[in-house]
Amino acid sequence: MADVKSTWNARVTASPHLHEGSSTARIMISVIVCLLPAGIWGVVIFGLHSLYVILASIAASVVTEYVIARLQRRFTLNDWSAVLTGLLIGYNMPPEIPIYVPVIASVFAIAVVKMAFGGLGRNWMNPALAGRVFVTFSWTGLMTSWKAPISWGSDAVTGASVLGFVKAGLMNFEGSVNGPVQFLAARGFPSGSLPEFLSPLGRWFPGRYGALFVGNIPGCIGEVSALLLLLGSLYLFAKKIITWEIPVSYIGTFALMIWFLGGRPFGGALFTGDVLFHLLAGGLLLGALYMATDMVSSPLTRRGMIIYGVGAGFLTFLIRIYGSFPEGVSLAIIIMNMFVPLINRATRPVVFGRVKEGKE
Amino acid sequence: MAFIRKTFGGGGVHPHDFKSLSNDIPIRNAPIPPEAVIPLQQHMGAPAECLVEPGEEVREGMLIGKAPGVFSANVHASIPGKVKEIRDIYLATGMRSKAVVVEFEGEFERGTTQERPWRDRQPQELLDQIREQGIVGMGGATFPTPIKFTTREGSPVEFFVVNGVECEPFLTADHRLMLERTDAVLGGIEIVGRILSPAKVLIGIEENKPDAIETLSAAIRDRGLDFEVVGLKTRYPQGDEKQLLKALIGREVPSGGLPLDIGSVVSNVGTVFAIYEAVALGKPLIERIVTVTGTALKRPANFKVRIGTPVGNLLEECGGFSDSPEKIVAGGPMMGFALADPGVPVVKGTSGILALSKRSSKHASETTCIGCGRCVAACPFGLSPTTLYKWIEHREYQEAVASGLMDCKECGCCAYVCPARIPLVQGMKLGKIMSRKKG
Repeated sequence: MADVKSTWNARVTASPHLHEGSSTARIMISVIVCLLPAGIWGVVIFGLHSLYVILASIAASVVTEYVIARLQRRFTLNDWSAVLTGLLIGYNMPPEIPIYVPVIASVFAIAVVKMAFGGLGRNWMNPALAGRVFVTFSWTGLMTSWKAPISWGSDAVTGASVLGFVKAGLMNFEGSVNGPVQFLAARGFPSGSLPEFLSPLGRWFPGRYGALFVGNIPGCIGEVSALLLLLGSLYLFAKKIITWEIPVSYIGTFALMIWFLGGRPFGGALFTGDVLFHLLAGGLLLGALYMATDMVSSPLTRRGMIIYGVGAGFLTFLIRIYGSFPEGVSLAIIIMNMFVPLINRATRPVVFGRVKEGKE
Repeated sequence: MAFIRKTFGGGGVHPHDFKSLSNDIPIRNAPIPPEAVIPLQQHMGAPAECLVEPGEEVREGMLIGKAPGVFSANVHASIPGKVKEIRDIYLATGMRSKAVVVEFEGEFERGTTQERPWRDRQPQELLDQIREQGIVGMGGATFPTPIKFTTREGSPVEFFVVNGVECEPFLTADHRLMLERTDAVLGGIEIVGRILSPAKVLIGIEENKPDAIETLSAAIRDRGLDFEVVGLKTRYPQGDEKQLLKALIGREVPSGGLPLDIGSVVSNVGTVFAIYEAVALGKPLIERIVTVTGTALKRPANFKVRIGTPVGNLLEECGGFSDSPEKIVAGGPMMGFALADPGVPVVKGTSGILALSKRSSKHASETTCIGCGRCVAACPFGLSPTTLYKWIEHREYQEAVASGLMDCKECGCCAYVCPARIPLVQGMKLGKIMSRKKG
C-alpha cells in the first residue's frame, strides 16, 4: 500500500488553491511584446538613432528603479514594469532627440512619479506619460522637431509632425479647405515613398491616408504605425489584458467630437470633421490602446473605465482642436489619471442583495 | 431548452473543472478505518456534548455527542467498537475540536433497507427525526438543517431549491449521488416537501452534468412528481445558495438575510439524500460520499466514507500520490482547506479530498496590487476586493465592514483572477475575525 504519510510534503495556504495563471510579470511582458512591432517599424523608418533612444530610455528606467529599490532593500525589476515604462518613453520621443532627453524623462518617471509614491501600483499617474510631459515642457523645441522617414531622402526635411503642421498652418488661415488632408497637400506638406522592401505596403494602402495608416509619416518613434499598434492590441484584447471599455470609450468619444466640430477650423460645417485623419495622425492609438489602459492609473470598475475613457477622449479633442498644442493625448490621459480616485469612489459596485440607493 | 441559458448575475469565473478524473467512477465503500476520529464539532454552532467515556463500548449509529441546543447537531458513532480516548484535534479548517476516538471492534448490525412509512407522519415528527439523526448541510457549510426548515409563521415557502450544482472543480460526489441514488434523492425531496409544503420545487444542475439532468428528469416523470429540473450554464460560484437563487428565481437574498426572506429554502443534494436515509431508513448521519481525486493522485475515486476516517487512509486507498503534491485539500479547490496532516478526519461537511500537483496550482510570487480591477469584475457579490484588502491591511476593519466585508462569502473568485497573486481571501477571513474582535 502506498505510504501517504512519508510522501506528504504539501504547502498549507488559504483558499483558493487554483489560479487562472496570470501574473503581473506576464501582463507586462505581453504588453512589451505586443508593442515591439510598432517600435521596430519606427527604427526602420527613422534610422538607428531611434533604437538608441528606445534602449537608453529602457536602460535609464531599469537602472533608476534598481537603485531606488535597492536603497529600500527591495528588488522589483522582476515585475517588468520598469522595462515597459522605459519602452513607452522611448516610443514617445521624436526620432532625432538627443539621448539625454529620454534619459531624463525616464529618471523623472521612475524616481519621482513611480518610486516616490511607493513603486508599482502606488503611482497615481502614468509614469511614462508624466516623463514625456516633463521633458516636453522642459525642452519644447527638441520635443517638437521631427524627422521625415529616411527613405524620403535628405531634402525632405519637415521639422513638423503632421498634426503640428496643420496646427501651425491654421494659425494664419482664412477661407475654406476640405479638411486636413487637402490642407496638407495645398500647403505642400512633403510625402515620400517607403523603403524598397516595404513598398508593397504603400501599394496596398495608397495615398495620404494609407501613409498615415502604415506610418509613413514624421512623428514619435512608436506612434506612427497605426497598423502595427492595432495588430499588437488584438493579442492583448484576446488575452483580456486590455478590455474594451477604455479604448472604445476613448476613441469613440474622440471620434464623435471630431466628426461634430473637427471641420470648423477649416471653415467647414458641423459634422464634417475628418475622423480618420485624427485617429491615424499622432499618438491617439498608442495612447488609447497602450497608455490609457495602464491598469495602475485607470479606474477599477467597468463603469469607471468608461467614464475615464470618455473624459480622455473629450480632453484630447479639446486640446487638439482648441488648445495651443497640436497633440493632446498625453495631457488628456494625465489629467484623467488625476480623476481616477474620484471615479473609483463614484462608481463603487452595488453589493449583492442591497438596494441601489443614493448617496449615503 | 431556452436560448438564454440560466445563470446568476455579474461576476464569477469558469475554471477548468477536472471533473472527468472521477465523474464516471461509481461510488464504492471506503474501507472501515481501524480507528475513527469523530469530532464533536462538525457543524456550525455549539459543539455537541460528549456522552461517552474512554473504555466504553459503542454500537454503530449510537449517539455519542448530544446537541446542547437548536444551533448545534447530534453526533453518532460511525463504527462499532470501543472508545479509546477523547482528545483535542485540529479539524481541516484549522479549528480545534474535541473528538471521540473509536477503535473498531465487533460486528456491524445488519442495517435495514426496508423503507419505513413516513408519508402520513406529521411534519413536526419528520423534523424531529432529522434533528435526532444529526443532519446538517452537506454542501460544506454544515448549517444545522432543522433550523433551515423551521419556517416563520405567516411566511410560506414559495420555492424549495435543491442544489445539485456542484460548481467546485474536481468534486463529483453530488453528481454520482444523483446518478446512482436517484430514488433516495427524490425521496428526500419529497420528505422535505412534506415539511415545508413549498409551492414549487426546483432542482438546479449545471450543464456539465447532462447525464444527471437526464436521469433526474426521467425519474421525476416516472414517479409523476412535479419537481422541475433546471439546467444552468456552468459557472463558479453558482452553488452558493444566494447565487443559485439569483440564477433560478431571479431574486436576490437581501444583504445579511436568509433565503427565507425571499420565500425560499435551499438544500444540497447530499443533504436531501441524508434526510431520506434518516427518515425513511432511520439511519443517523454516520457516512457521506467523498470524492478523492486530484492531479497528483494515482487512482481517483468516489467513496462512501464513515465519518471520522482519516484522510490519509482514503489517499492510500487511491494508491497514493502519482506526483509530489503541492497541496492536499479538504473540500473543493476554490473554498477548501489545505491540510497539514494525514490524520485529519472526514467530517459531515467534507465533500472531497484533493491532491493537487504543482502544475495545477500555478504558483507565482506576490507583487503589489496593480489596480487592474479584475477582482472587482470577478466578485459575484458586488464587492471591491482590492479596496477591502487595503482597508484590512491598514487595520481599518470598520471601514472594511462598511464597504461590505461581511457580504463576502470567500468564494475565491477574486484571488483566482488576481495577477498580483494577493491572498485576498486570506485577507477577508482575517478582516472578519479582527472586526468581530474589535466589536
